[in-house]
Amino acid sequence: MPDAAMDALSADAVTKRFGGLVAVENMSFHLAEKEVLGLIGPNGSGKTTMMNLISGALKPSSGEIRLYGDAIAGIGASRVAHKGVARTFQLVRMLPAMTVLENVAAGGVFGHARRWGKELEDYAHGLLRRVGLPNAGGAMVSALTYIDQKRVELARALASDPKILLLDEWLAGLNPTELKIGITLIEKLRTEGCTIIIVEHVMHAIRSLCDRCIVMNSGAKIAEGTPAEVLADHEVIRAYLGTADA
Amino acid sequence: MSIVDTPQAVRSGITPREWRNLSISAAGFIVVGFVPLVFGGYALQLTISIAMYTALATSWLLFSGPTNYIALSTAAFFGIGMYTVAGGIDLLPYPVLIAAAGVAGAALAAVVGLATLRVSGVYFVIFSLGLAELVRQIMTWLQHVLGTMSGLYVTVDRSEPIYFWQLLLLTAVVYLVGWWIGRSRLGFALRIIGNDELVAVHCGINTARAKVILFIISSAFASIAGALVAPRWGYVEPVVAFSPFVSFQVVIMALLGGTHRLWGPVLGVIPFVLLWELISIEFPNQTTLLLGVCFLLIVYVIPNGLVGLIEDVWHRRAKAGGAAPGALQRMLDASAGSMKNMLQRGKSRNA
Repeated sequence: MPDAAMDALSADAVTKRFGGLVAVENMSFHLAEKEVLGLIGPNGSGKTTMMNLISGALKPSSGEIRLYGDAIAGIGASRVAHKGVARTFQLVRMLPAMTVLENVAAGGVFGHARRWGKELEDYAHGLLRRVGLPNAGGAMVSALTYIDQKRVELARALASDPKILLLDEWLAGLNPTELKIGITLIEKLRTEGCTIIIVEHVMHAIRSLCDRCIVMNSGAKIAEGTPAEVLADHEVIRAYLGTADA
Repeated sequence: MSIVDTPQAVRSGITPREWRNLSISAAGFIVVGFVPLVFGGYALQLTISIAMYTALATSWLLFSGPTNYIALSTAAFFGIGMYTVAGGIDLLPYPVLIAAAGVAGAALAAVVGLATLRVSGVYFVIFSLGLAELVRQIMTWLQHVLGTMSGLYVTVDRSEPIYFWQLLLLTAVVYLVGWWIGRSRLGFALRIIGNDELVAVHCGINTARAKVILFIISSAFASIAGALVAPRWGYVEPVVAFSPFVSFQVVIMALLGGTHRLWGPVLGVIPFVLLWELISIEFPNQTTLLLGVCFLLIVYVIPNGLVGLIEDVWHRRAKAGGAAPGALQRMLDASAGSMKNMLQRGKSRNA
């Protein structure tokens, strides 16, 4: 694969079985540097499993995943984080007994970036400004609203200077106003040149944020292309809404 | 955990405030060092007990505090320390044996840690309790095979004040190491693990390694404590050296004092040693029962320990309904969480 080294991320025939259940089947795709890729599909189609395979939380049953040509499948989540993959979680995960600043700093010490001391503190403050929480550093995370916790989680992921950022339904559960803020924030990351994979159900976010989309159904890829293309695809509409005579 | 005055783990360099605290602590230790010159006899014996349990409970806290794993293995390592001295006293000089005890405890902790800390949670709690029993049985068997005695004599000439000063020095080292860990990357990693292990892993933390390192440090101190008191006991036998009472008392004292501050355990050790002395004299046949009662009372009445009470009063933050979960509650939650993970893992394997 001469092109593999050029891709930021490539998945090659990745399959994940849980006993008899095939959650991800023969998934192959690639992601270019600075590209924003949307991973969409109905509930239970294997999107989150795919994210877990990339981030190292799960080990694929077969197939390979490469980060800039470097095999990362099955090496374990902490080592994948070292290599430069950062993620957020479907349900926001805070470190409840720590301050906002420490929550952000946690991402920047042990992973891809390894800062410490004054440098780390300054960097974490900078990230909080970047996600729109300039003055919250000393607060406890339990005092934050949901959108602000999401911001903290995003800042924590960014703290490791990731090569690839995985956002697993980062916009889920936000009200319309918060959604607008959230989309603007990811748009900003996009213009700053982040390489991102987004799993999302909010379609207008997918349309405005993604360069390209992959649609999954029952663990397999059923369509790939620009958001406009895939959302008009007959197969995709059927996967989401069922057939006309159903 | 306390929501006030959270230590800034992300700082390097010793701040003036830390220098001040270090100086106050050093001065405190020096003052306490004069105790044997003031007290003698029975009072000194009690303070030796207090010094020993402070070293044990604080080193227990080094591991169990940040990780929320309840280790009931103190007796295993304490006993290993005693037996290192008892077994080697005719062969090697005593100071060498104290170091050897630390190494032996660390080695056992490394093996046990690598085997059990991956599975985590409630399994670890049970295994840690079983470990002391296992080592005790092995020792009993070894003594049976090697000789006819059920115990070993340790004859080192030490006066009571020396025991006190040795244990006080050990306690000071435990505090210093605990303070250093708390401000290091390792300490920060452990706090993240204690908060949410999944987040820790995805932040790039090798959680198994961090836990094993801490378990080794904590266990080595327990072994050294055993080595320091072995000559004072004079006669070492498995039933006494590996008594589960030691493990449970250490946990109870630490919980009574408070597990979210390094200086928490000592606040629990002092009243509990005195209380236990009273119980042993007044109700010598009901000690196990009363130990259980103490445990329940502490968990229900002061879940955050005396430190929690003091901080509540100090900061007047006693908000109705907003109480933080107690130390044991957190630990049990951690155990339950890991059990859930195990079950899920088992399910996906069986599916």
